Amino acid sequence: MSAIAPKAPRIPWHGLRHRSKPHSTQPHSPLLRLLRPLLAVVLFAHAAAAQAILRIEITQGTEGATPIAVVPFGWEGGGAAPADLAQIIADDLARSGTFAPLARNDLVARPTSGAEVRYGNWKAAGVDNLVVGRLRAMGPDSYVAQFQLFDVFRQQQMVGYSFPVRGGQLRQLAHEMADIIYEKITGQRGAFNTHVAYISTQHDAANERLFVLEVSDADGHAPETVLTSKRPLMSPAWSPDAQRLAYVSFEDPSRSAIFVQDLRTGQRKKVSSVPGINGAPVFSPDGKRLALVLSHRGNPDIYVMDLASGDLTQLTNNRAIDTEPTWEPDGQRLLFTSDRSGSPQIYQISASGGRAERISFQGRYNASPAVSPDGRLVAMVQGERGRYRIAVLDRSNNTVRVLTDGKLDESPSFAPNGSMILYATEGSGRGVLGAVSVDGRMKQRFTLSEGDVREPVWSPFLN
Amino acid sequence: MKRMLKFTGTCLLAMSLYACSSTPEPVEQPAPPPEPVLPQVEQPAELEPLIEPEPEGIYLANGDFSRGAVNDPDSPLAQKVIFFEFDSDRVRSEFIDVLNAHASYLATYGDVRVRLEGHTDERGSREYNIALGERRARSVENILLLAGVRAEQLSLVSYGEELPAALGHNEEAWTQNRRVELVYELQ
Repeated sequence: MSAIAPKAPRIPWHGLRHRSKPHSTQPHSPLLRLLRPLLAVVLFAHAAAAQAILRIEITQGTEGATPIAVVPFGWEGGGAAPADLAQIIADDLARSGTFAPLARNDLVARPTSGAEVRYGNWKAAGVDNLVVGRLRAMGPDSYVAQFQLFDVFRQQQMVGYSFPVRGGQLRQLAHEMADIIYEKITGQRGAFNTHVAYISTQHDAANERLFVLEVSDADGHAPETVLTSKRPLMSPAWSPDAQRLAYVSFEDPSRSAIFVQDLRTGQRKKVSSVPGINGAPVFSPDGKRLALVLSHRGNPDIYVMDLASGDLTQLTNNRAIDTEPTWEPDGQRLLFTSDRSGSPQIYQISASGGRAERISFQGRYNASPAVSPDGRLVAMVQGERGRYRIAVLDRSNNTVRVLTDGKLDESPSFAPNGSMILYATEGSGRGVLGAVSVDGRMKQRFTLSEGDVREPVWSPFLN
Repeated sequence: MKRMLKFTGTCLLAMSLYACSSTPEPVEQPAPPPEPVLPQVEQPAELEPLIEPEPEGIYLANGDFSRGAVNDPDSPLAQKVIFFEFDSDRVRSEFIDVLNAHASYLATYGDVRVRLEGHTDERGSREYNIALGERRARSVENILLLAGVRAEQLSLVSYGEELPAALGHNEEAWTQNRRVELVYELQ
């Protein structure tokens, strides 16, 4: 759909008055990424539905967040600015729960470069950090964007950059600026310039139900359709390089199938379609193997497929349900759901097989494990008295904390920096997405403008 | 010979039914609303010769089925959905008769194939529900096999919670969604 945009260099930008040494913090994204050129593979071309957009609202928690001022960027060009970069940055920072950006009405001044900053004003306004910037038109669809982050207390620039950028890259650039700001202040890598894959159900012109696999920016903007089907699609999973998605499709009504699809070319490969279940695919951290669930031997067991050869290794073998595998970050072990004890619980097993060990003990229903990037936390669906909520097991001290308060919460997925958990929930009778910070303080809701949305999976870092 | 198979199947079915009913009922959920009363299938007390030719599309009240009976709204075969209780894959006793009727039909027409589609309600995680739906489909498969249906006539697929029959997030919808559908495949 979208063309591949040229890579844009990022040039350090230092304020005129506050020239500082080139910063040593190496951001993890040295170049602007290629714009995501997802090709839509539409199984039923006539059935393409109008694109529905995810809208985000913060539903809980700005207490304790660090005040920050993100001043509207200066615009040097004709007409209106092509994007409100400051708003995108402020929204990102607010969604993290770590920052509380000042409302625009509360901004005490509108500087657009370091030379215009009067620290005393901002100190009086109780702001710790200040972001200013400019966007300049250079030619047709060609801009230069610059921004600077200041420490108001120390009265110095923390970081500054200038970027040549095309119009179609402006949102992405703003997310990248937010990532740089977040990392500079918190020390933790930002995850704003990432993607989310999810399944939505919509209705076409003939009011027929459509299942749509979509990928959007982490803030819900710029959704792109990966696949549309009249039959169920489920269980999307990212490859570690964020270039491929594995998913389950029932496009053949008599048999499920697992596909791996390249997001740039749209080409896909059917990797499994044996009788019974072909489900719960998940890439190994090195991207070379796929854990999956097959039941062709009589009941669901966990297998690992070597993607190059297609060779299968059976990891579990018993009469219970074994499903929902997920890899530990080091690729040495997997977690999965099993009802071998009589009700679903979380188990871990070596990637080479052997004995499985139960790790969840609190509650009668624990399923759908997701491991945090540092391996310490396990998010899962916990069922208790008819309510299903997202709980987190801290493996360092074996404590369990329930983070959400819905009735039908499911499909937890960690942000690649481990700061938040995305999940599916129900709101006003519709399927919506929720996000909660791992400390439970911050909650957001993503609502699709129409239809239901579910099974969110947060992408890895994009580079 | 076909009739003999069917008769044997019925006996086996009776035995499996007895075994089933000795397992305890799940206690988590209140009993669902009563299911529609199904026509009773009269089993012949003794073997009788088939009458040829069979009328198409008519269910014969003596328990024999014409080939078209599967499309006859008055036939017990018209009931093609088996409902389940919460978190259970046990076929409830009120559905044994209707499965028995389908087994008789399938045993009589060995070239007919049926797909057993397992479904769950929306509660709990999705892939786990795929596994639960398959268990339900296997329960129905086991009963049909015991009643004389050949394995080649049956295929299984589980849709988990992906294709609810009733929308809504309440017990009324969930009761409708915990099911196995018998889908006769076009020949």
